[in-house]
Amino acid sequence: MKQQLLQAFFGSEGYHNFRHNRLAMMGAAILFLFLLTAFFGPLITPQDPYNLKELDLNNSFKPPVWESGDSRFLLGTDQQGRDLLSGMVYGVRISMLVGVLATVYSLVIGTILGLIAGYRGGWVDSVIMRIADVQLSFPGMLIALFIMVAFGRGIDKLIIALTLVGWVTYARTVRGSTLAERNKEYVDAARVCGFPSWVIMFRHILPNVLTPLIVIGTIQVGNFILTEATLSFLGVGVPISQPSLGLLLANGYQVLFSGLWWVSIFPGITLLLMVIGTNLLGDFLRDELNPRLK
Amino acid sequence: MLQYTLTRLGQMVIVLLVVSVIVFGVMNLTGDPVLLLVPPEATDAEIAVAREQLGLNLPLWEQYQIFISNAIHGNMGVSYMFKRPALDLILERMPATLEMTIFAMIMAGVIAIPLGVYAGAYPDKMMSKVIMSASLLGISLPSFWLGIMLILVFAVELNIMPSSGRGEVTSFWGINLSILTVDGLQHITMPALTLAVGQMAMLIRLTRAGIMEVMRQDYIKFAKAKGMSAQRVLFGHALKNALIPVITVFGLQFGQMIAFATITETIFAWPGMGKLLIDSIYRVDRPVIVAYLMLVAMLFVVINFLVDVIYTLIDPRIEVK
Repeated sequence: MKQQLLQAFFGSEGYHNFRHNRLAMMGAAILFLFLLTAFFGPLITPQDPYNLKELDLNNSFKPPVWESGDSRFLLGTDQQGRDLLSGMVYGVRISMLVGVLATVYSLVIGTILGLIAGYRGGWVDSVIMRIADVQLSFPGMLIALFIMVAFGRGIDKLIIALTLVGWVTYARTVRGSTLAERNKEYVDAARVCGFPSWVIMFRHILPNVLTPLIVIGTIQVGNFILTEATLSFLGVGVPISQPSLGLLLANGYQVLFSGLWWVSIFPGITLLLMVIGTNLLGDFLRDELNPRLK
Repeated sequence: MLQYTLTRLGQMVIVLLVVSVIVFGVMNLTGDPVLLLVPPEATDAEIAVAREQLGLNLPLWEQYQIFISNAIHGNMGVSYMFKRPALDLILERMPATLEMTIFAMIMAGVIAIPLGVYAGAYPDKMMSKVIMSASLLGISLPSFWLGIMLILVFAVELNIMPSSGRGEVTSFWGINLSILTVDGLQHITMPALTLAVGQMAMLIRLTRAGIMEVMRQDYIKFAKAKGMSAQRVLFGHALKNALIPVITVFGLQFGQMIAFATITETIFAWPGMGKLLIDSIYRVDRPVIVAYLMLVAMLFVVINFLVDVIYTLIDPRIEVK
């Protein structure tokens, strides 16, 4: 059984297309590397950037190794003598954690609400969709900013804020597909068999409305990583004790005019690569899963 | 049309009321403003007096009633920091923000739409692939980082562009504008570019997709079969239909850009209402934050409405119900 599944996957047209799409492969490789970094980062960094005992102010503002010759700090240090590379690895962890968790929560909540709205219809549908409409008329960035200002900094709060912003897209998409699925024969059959509504929604309809969510989810991880970085840069995102890439960039901005370029260049490139990875993969999945282009 | 407009106006009022309840409610959950206002050595009795003067001893729904009736009369409270009406503070800074946003929008449109049309009309050419790669880079680029990089390269290293402020302004119908002086134009270029790049990337993709979809349709094939030149088919027939969704999104993006201007203004110290918002957040200047959110909400609702109306005007296939 397992063998068959594997064969079906590696023999599929989609996998074949993926192997022959250099950009998609690149995106997947970038994301895979960042995921590895996020998981195993603390094992490989030369320094624990949270451990104040390991920091030494004598080491502050060292340029990268090719300018300073100090091989302990490959990409230089910041104002507290923190190794930039180690800080970035920990930053990637936080960015990934926030981006992926917020996407998963948005997907789950949005899908459930969309299924209920589409299948039940009536006032439940009206209430959920009116909320979605109102929310969609405001930029997600501003809503997230408002929530963070009201409730204060924190990784958990960031995830909540992004989830509150993100669920709408899934809810609308799922509702639309559910409306189309609801009147198909297999749903009627299930209803005649006497299955309860939740079984019909989650076991029968759900598998048929999942495909577009994969595309939205992939691209949303990148968007959330960007939003998190922006909020942290503005000082309303992650707490100072847990610097993400955005907070490292805020440090870089403060020392920009002193010519300390490395503190803002390297975290920025890292952030850019992460988002490019998700966008490359998302573009491929969108073309691959879009029946209109086939 | 009249009925549609009236229904939409009613909906707009409801949306704004909902937003006001949320903003008011959530901002009230965040700490006690009295403690921010009284001196740290104030006694309990003094705090109680201050609370009564500010009306903060009333039940929440009564406070909301006062807030909303004041808001309708244009009174959004007084800034804790400046001791001046919050609405005045924001309105003073609004022209600077609008100037930068509109400049950035024009920049994005002028650059992105021709590139998108080209990439959509000739998808296999080398140049189109370059354009699409650039647009992928553009949507992945954190805009605040782009701003930092522009400052680093052009202001710090090369020292040829100013990094902050509006520069010299001239008064035009009583509004201060930067774009009319050389110095002001130099100041606005980098922040506007920072704001425009993300929009450009998105507009390129959208225009290209629109053109590609239209080019596949029968009436285009027919025009080609009639022997029309490729250029006339593109500009005379395809462009009009392809640009309809672009215009809608362009309008909706205006709201997005006002929101993103907060970040650009912070980086380039552009004295607009976005920078005021961020500064007020640091100072916990609650009336200014609330006034900004309400004003921006109103702006968005109006923009969305206008976009819908324009949409029905330019696309006769869409009927108003």
